Amino acid sequence: MRKSTIVALVLAMVVGVLPPLSARSRKKGEETSSGAFQKPLPKDQRVEQALNRLTFGARPGDEERVKSIGLNKWIDLELHPNRIRENPVLTAKLKELDSLFMSSREMVQNYPAPQMVRQMVNGGLPYPSDPDRRMMIQKLVARFERRQQKGQNGESDPELARLLTADQMRQLRAGTPEQRLAAFEAIPIDQRDEVLAELPPGVLQGLFVVAPPELRRKFELAAGPQQVVARDLGEGKLLRAIYSNRQLEEVLVDFWFNHFNVFLDKGADRYLVTAYERDVIRPRVLGKFRDLLEATAKSPAMLFYLDNWQSVGSPARAAARRGLNENYGRELLELHSLGVDGGYTQKDVTEVARCFTGWTIRQPQLGGEFFFNERTHDKGEKTVLGVRIPAGGGIEDGEKVLDIVSRRPATAHFVSNKLAQRFVADDPPPALVERMAQTFLKTGGDLRAVMKTMLDSKEFWSVGAFRSKFKSPLEMVASSVRTLSGDVEFAFALNNQVTQLGEPLYRKLEPTGYSNSSAEWMNSASLLARMNFALNLANNRVPGVKVAAAEAASQGEASMGISLGSPEFQKH
Amino acid sequence: MSTRRIFLRDSALAMIGTGAAPLWLERALYAAEAPAPRKKILIAIFQRGAADGLNIVVPHGEPAYYGLRPTIAIPRPRATDDKQADAAIDLDGFFGLHPSLAPLKPLFDQRHLAVVDAVGSPDATRSHFDAQDYMESGTPGVKATTDGWMNRALPAKEGNVSPLRALSLGSVLPRSLRGPQPAIALQSVGDFQIRNAQAAKSFEQLYLEAPDATLRATGRETFEAIAMLQAVQKQPYRPAGGAEYPRGRFGDSLRQIAQLVKAEVGLEMAFADIGGWDHHVNELGQRASEGQLANLLREYGQALSAFWQDLGDRMGEVVLVTMSEFGRTAHENGNRGTDHGHANCMFVMGGPVKGGRVYGRWPGLEREQLYERRDLALTSDFRDVLGELVAHHLGSSGIAGVFPGYTPKFLGLAGG
Repeated sequence: MRKSTIVALVLAMVVGVLPPLSARSRKKGEETSSGAFQKPLPKDQRVEQALNRLTFGARPGDEERVKSIGLNKWIDLELHPNRIRENPVLTAKLKELDSLFMSSREMVQNYPAPQMVRQMVNGGLPYPSDPDRRMMIQKLVARFERRQQKGQNGESDPELARLLTADQMRQLRAGTPEQRLAAFEAIPIDQRDEVLAELPPGVLQGLFVVAPPELRRKFELAAGPQQVVARDLGEGKLLRAIYSNRQLEEVLVDFWFNHFNVFLDKGADRYLVTAYERDVIRPRVLGKFRDLLEATAKSPAMLFYLDNWQSVGSPARAAARRGLNENYGRELLELHSLGVDGGYTQKDVTEVARCFTGWTIRQPQLGGEFFFNERTHDKGEKTVLGVRIPAGGGIEDGEKVLDIVSRRPATAHFVSNKLAQRFVADDPPPALVERMAQTFLKTGGDLRAVMKTMLDSKEFWSVGAFRSKFKSPLEMVASSVRTLSGDVEFAFALNNQVTQLGEPLYRKLEPTGYSNSSAEWMNSASLLARMNFALNLANNRVPGVKVAAAEAASQGEASMGISLGSPEFQKH
Repeated sequence: MSTRRIFLRDSALAMIGTGAAPLWLERALYAAEAPAPRKKILIAIFQRGAADGLNIVVPHGEPAYYGLRPTIAIPRPRATDDKQADAAIDLDGFFGLHPSLAPLKPLFDQRHLAVVDAVGSPDATRSHFDAQDYMESGTPGVKATTDGWMNRALPAKEGNVSPLRALSLGSVLPRSLRGPQPAIALQSVGDFQIRNAQAAKSFEQLYLEAPDATLRATGRETFEAIAMLQAVQKQPYRPAGGAEYPRGRFGDSLRQIAQLVKAEVGLEMAFADIGGWDHHVNELGQRASEGQLANLLREYGQALSAFWQDLGDRMGEVVLVTMSEFGRTAHENGNRGTDHGHANCMFVMGGPVKGGRVYGRWPGLEREQLYERRDLALTSDFRDVLGELVAHHLGSSGIAGVFPGYTPKFLGLAGG
């Protein structure tokens, strides 16, 4: 066949089958014109809409459950999460992730970073009180020092050779998961800790996906104590999304953490994010916006992330050689409150930053807490958004800024728009946003009332909103497990899947957080990862998760995986 | 060329057999038939961790350099003797390359490699996190930028664009490439696939028929990319010109980028990174050619040189540029290492580059010449380099959109 014939053939097929690529549109203008938000959803789809948007996906039986409680009553319960009894299965699973319940300071001590370990050796920091942990850390120190002495070359380790035969080593490194675990369990109990301290992190990682819970923590600790904190956070988030009975609260914690985003891997934030989400965000997601704003402003996690802890007012500037840092001031206005078009100037940014000088952290690297440093505070007069803040003020300068911005209509509008974007549609109807903003202003920023306005609106229950959004990676992964009633023994691998799909949890580097416009989640790499995840989950190939085997067998692996990876399942 | 045509034709026939002939194949066949002017390609390499520019491009003609670094300076170049292997390789009588970068010397001599010195981000931060973010967003000092400079530099295109026009090697799409233009992260060329062939067919069918336009388009891009990468892999890849990539992730990344350039998949931008440059302790071993920095530079230099050899005359449309978030202190610290500093060096290599020269004004290393009395001062902005490549190599007129707030001040290192 001649080449030109092939070209013609190919061209004919392509033109016949496929719409032009330019048909792609990021906004779904043609599907959801403003009229679609006026068109009420048929009654039988209202429960589905509620479960789609207010939970991490429906489990089998959820629809019936909501119907038997009554839709309105169910929503009211979700808006008052403390009236819902938490799932005991979740409570038990979370208990294993002990760093989630520690103060930042306890975490530093129990899961120290390498430089902390060095301080422990030098006597500058106490060892953990837990004997198991203390021993493991001492062993890690010993290994570290041995390696330092003989240089960087860690290729062949005489210690390991003493403890394990070549055959055992091979099994641990390259065996099937079962072989790896069997090889470890064959090691005499009194030698196990020695071996753990010597195994390279790569081998340990291969082990903790197969280990029973009581051993897993040990493996994780030996692989690197500091990473335990990050792993607990990610796993905890997935477990909550999948198992919590307070689903709307979980969705809102995700929303507000993202609104006040901090990045886990920035220095001291490795130990500050756990408490930030638990103590700052979670208790306030249905409270007053002003309280939430102040709690974030005073949180060590935010102060560190946006550098305010280093910001120093002019009188003290010369001595400290640092000076004013505008990062927090700028993001407070642009991302946390008024929004980028909220009517502030560069001058306002600088003035706000001056108000927050002295808001700092005591010993950030040791999990320290907020404190106001009078000496580094700029006591001069400031003007913020036209409001004069007289000279001589202290901590109240920053608090006044929070008062000013949280009462602004721009803030009410910005926050309402973001909520509507998350819960209603990527391009939310302006009239709805306006009504939510009015509620915000009337109630002094009562977030539960704003949610209620949204959930009482015709737009939320409209054809235009229904199934108009793509699931985020977290929503996709959690809803897949929920719809299959999967049993999660540990969520380490699931958390990796969320990363593969493009949403590394607690690791959004930019202060913007992830976009609430769901079209941002759709790209080739993510879609491919979604399809592969769907197949793996349905076939029980995601370590730590079991989906109902009987169901999988009766429907055939491929068909279940395919429905999870289908275009249909990516929307909600 | 003829091999490539046969290979493409066979792939086309195979695809027609299964009823799935993607658009790219048609484009590729046209390309094989009558080669269109080839696309310009820009490749960015990020050295994460703040590489020590002063020990990479060694200012051996600056006496203060040896005073500041009594135990970790790279010795002055030597003509011939047994210590030559541990001395800087002279470039222009003032600057020299670290001895581990010997494989790059021929590129410099053939004017395919330009060096820019005392270059970096004007922002004063010494945080890895912030500095990488600023460099990748292309907006020093502005945290709220949501996209990256490479994504903004991609020419907006309607209609048929290759799903592989912008990509990175690695599991996460780097900040530089994030933004509204589609760009993908590949763990590896071989990894981008659905392992169950039966399921892959079902998925493809479902996405081609998806009622949602975005899902339909993304699905199509995805399956095109899968098909393309599968076709690319039908023949085992053998680097040309005797190129030998070093073992490790960075060599693998560059080898795969070369493979994709040569496979003409429509690549326009690629990104790869190499970490491990944060040498606070024992930067050098007992000799300059040993130790952490030397080992890392060996891998780095070999990979760049292999890439250049492998691509051969294809370097005519390729420019590769390297960067690191900031440099390191001019003086060594108490642990035979260096701490976080300010200005650094960048390499620019490729056919369109006016190489064989060290660009940038040398600010000197005397105490009063140092930035904050401790670091190499900045005389060029990293955007002077990247901006020029965007404007002159890619031919973009939208430099103000790529680097908002930046006033162009080019060095004249890339052909117009």
